[in-house]
Order: sequence, then structure tokens, then C-alpha cells
Amino acid sequence: MKYAYFPGCSLSGTAREYDRSTRAVARVLGLELEEIPDWSCCGATSAHATEKLLSLALPARSLARADEMGLDVVAPCAACFNRLRTTVHAVRSDWKVRQEVGEVLGQEYAARSDAYALPDVIVNRYGLDNIVPHLKRSLDGLKVACYYGCLLVRPSAITASDDPEDPQTLDRLVRALGGEPVVWPAKTECCGASLSITRTRVVWQLAAQILTAAQRAGAEAIAVACPFCQSNLDMRQVQAQKWSGRRWNIPVYYFTQLLGVALGLPPGELGLESHFVDPLGVLRQKALV
Amino acid sequence: MSKAVLHLSEGMEPGFLREVEVEAGTRVSLCYQCGKCAASCPVSFVMDLEPYQVMRLVQLGARDEVLRSRTIWLCASCTACSERCPREVDVAATMDALRVLARRAGYRPAEGQIALFHGIFLDNVRDAGRLHELGLMVRYKLKSGGLFSDLDVGLPMMRHGKLKPVPHRIRGTDQMRALFARVRAREAAAKGGEGR
Ligand code: SF4
Ligand code: SF4
Repeated sequence: MKYAYFPGCSLSGTAREYDRSTRAVARVLGLELEEIPDWSCCGATSAHATEKLLSLALPARSLARADEMGLDVVAPCAACFNRLRTTVHAVRSDWKVRQEVGEVLGQEYAARSDAYALPDVIVNRYGLDNIVPHLKRSLDGLKVACYYGCLLVRPSAITASDDPEDPQTLDRLVRALGGEPVVWPAKTECCGASLSITRTRVVWQLAAQILTAAQRAGAEAIAVACPFCQSNLDMRQVQAQKWSGRRWNIPVYYFTQLLGVALGLPPGELGLESHFVDPLGVLRQKALV
Repeated sequence: MSKAVLHLSEGMEPGFLREVEVEAGTRVSLCYQCGKCAASCPVSFVMDLEPYQVMRLVQLGARDEVLRSRTIWLCASCTACSERCPREVDVAATMDALRVLARRAGYRPAEGQIALFHGIFLDNVRDAGRLHELGLMVRYKLKSGGLFSDLDVGLPMMRHGKLKPVPHRIRGTDQMRALFARVRAREAAAKGGEGR
């Protein structure tokens, strides 16, 4: 099974460990990821807040390369996935959009390849049945709050999410790994994304609500599939604790890190050293590292 | 935060609803003011106008009231509103359209720092092809005047190697510059064509 890989900008910076753990997990599973040559930024929120055509032309540049490779695209970052998939959808469903995007891009773009989110590719396309034979360790009842945030699931007309209010993709994976996904109400709440930099206090408040909901549900860990979610819940957790006077101390893992642990990969290969809230304590208690 | 008082009698522009609907690609006129968008909105607590109020003001043609609001910049584009609207109004796309129209019409963004952030982000992408997070943060903090804020997060990020020191430039930077220039040219044409 082979995909064109779109890492996205965060995965060489703030979300380095997401890139490392994705590549490590893919190697073990025999899932081939071929990086799109000379890919460029998807434009994220800044592009669609500024000009619609720009927000379609930026992803189209990388998508056109995937078309040439003849491969469907997988994006680990939920924000990139959302922009790529929005572009494919817009270009396929409106001839005028296709023409305009082509003009701005300076090349024809026909949206032949599809774009998928990494959890969808691993859980549904590669498939849990094919993952289980590779597993070396059980998460041994680890209580995990699967946090999807916004961009992985909404708008559901574009993302084709299984259920935009109560998605199950990551929950099913955690269960297959021997963990226990908790039932909690903040699965698809927003973390505030890039308001993290411009309106930091808003993000503390949103993070506080999400972390409190996870704690009340008895979660020992949170699993995410988005660099914004990870940084706003992990890197900002200490600040949010100070600001709110509450205490959570919940580690926030990329789902690929938990999968990697269950596949028997060592912490160093999964980038587990670069978290703010200690990610190893909980895993040690379960004798997983 | 106290909510703004709506001044419905001033500056109505009947054409505004149409303009927003075309830019957003959704029918704001279908909104029946149930308030579900506001109830779903994670950031309504800092907004001056709640999302349903924005919808109503657009229907009424209160261009100025809407385009100078903080709300259109504070919207985090989470699309919870659009997903849940019983009238299938794409509220998030409307917020995008309003930001675009505010920029085109030369409004000074009511949330200057958020607009500044988007501008620096896009300049960075135009010049290098990929976003350089450290460069973005340093430039943003220099321009917004808070260089030493957030160091309790910034320094550990450095230590963990989460802030790549050197930017990556793609090979196709010429194509990026040309792409941005073509978008700008179209924007300028759209502005000229508004004839207001
Ligand atoms: S949810 Fe839809 S119909 Fe209800 S107030 Fe918001 S935009 Fe209007
Ligand atoms: S898209 Fe914007 S307006 Fe809609 S719920 Fe999210 S933050 Fe609020």
C-alpha cells in the first residue's frame, strides 16, 4: 500500500515527533510513504481568512504533484488534510473553480488524486485487521481520551467523517491496541488553533475546558492527530494550569506514538522525549517502556 | 466582555447581503435566528457580536457594523456552526467572506494582531514556499511588541528541537511568487470593479 506523503510545515518543527512516529509506524506496517517532491505550505487558516482562491491554489500546487505521481495523498496534520481535501472537492465540483485555480497556479490541475487523513488511512484503509498481527504489546487498559478537534471531522460533507459529533476512528484503534477509550464530551471541541499565538488566553480557557473534561472522564492520556491540538493541550497545559489554578498533568500523545509503543518501537524512535507533560510516567506504570 | 449594542437604523446597504452570499457561496438569507451557531461557538465568549447576530446584520445590510466587528477576526474557523446549522447556512464560510470583504474595503481590522499574524504567515509562505515557525513567531512578536512574552513555552521548545533554526526554501519559489502575484492582481481587479 503506497501513498504520496504530505508532511506539512509543522512536522519539521513543533510537531517533529509526529513525523518521526508516523514514518516509524509506517515502516513497521509496510505502508509506503513517498514524500511529494518540493511540496509547499497548504496556506492553513491564514490563506482562507485572506482570499478564497489563494486558499485553493496553495494546496493545489502540491496536489498537482501527487497527480503526477499517480498516488493518493495522506496528510498527518489535520489542518493540512482539511485544506487539501477542501481543494480536491472544490476543483472537482466546480468547473469555474478548476479553471481559476489552474490560471493562478500557472498549470492545469484536475484533482485526480484523493486526499486522506492519516487516522483514516491507518485505521480504515490499511485496516485494524492488518495491524493486529504486528502488535507486540498491549496498552493494558490505558484510559485514553481520543481528541479529534475540528479539522479532522468538520465539515463532514468534505471530510467524510464517520460521525461529526461522536467520531470513532481513533477510539477503535485505541481499543484494538488494548487501551480503553473513554466516553467524554469534548472530542470535537475546538482548541483555538492559531489563536494560540495571537490570543493566548482564549486558548488557555479552551484547553482548560478540554483537559477538565478528559480528567473527569478518567482519562490517563489524550490521543490526537493534529499539531495544533497537541501543542495547545501539551505545551500550553502548564500555563493553563497556572492561569486556572487547576491541575491535570495529562500526557498528550500523537496517536502514532501510542500505536508505535504497541508495535514495540522504542521511545527514542517515536520522539517521546520532546513533550512538555511527562509522557513516560504513565507508560512506565504499564511497563510499556 | 460586554456585547455591542446594534444600531440597525444606520448605514443599511441592501446590496450587502447579495455581496456576502456570492463571496461566501452560501445563503445567509435562510438564517432564522435560532442561535445554534452561537451556542456551538467556542469563542463566542470573547466576540462583540455573536455569530447569529452577524447573520442578522448581514441580512439587514448593516455593512459597517459587521465589517468593523471583532467577531470576524476572532472566529477560529472550527466550523461547528456550519455543521450544526438547521438551515444549512455555512456560517464559517460567511466569516471568511466577511474578513475578505473587510480587507478589500480597506477596513482596519478590529483585531489587528490576528490580521498581522495572517499577513506575516502568508509573506513567509510566498517567499520560502514553506512556513518557518520560528521565523513567524519572532517576526510576529517583534511587530506586535511582545518579544519576551511566552518564553516559558519558547525556551523549552528550543531545547526539545521543536523550533527549527534554519528555514527550508523550496525549489519552486518562483512559482510561489507568481501565484501570489496573480491572486493579488485579481484582488485589485475585484476592488476596482466594486465601483463604490
Ligand atoms: S444556526 Fe443557522 S439558522 Fe440558526 S442562527 Fe445560526 S445561522 Fe441562523
Ligand atoms: S467557525 Fe467561527 S463562528 Fe463558527 S463556531 Fe467556529 S469559531 Fe464560532
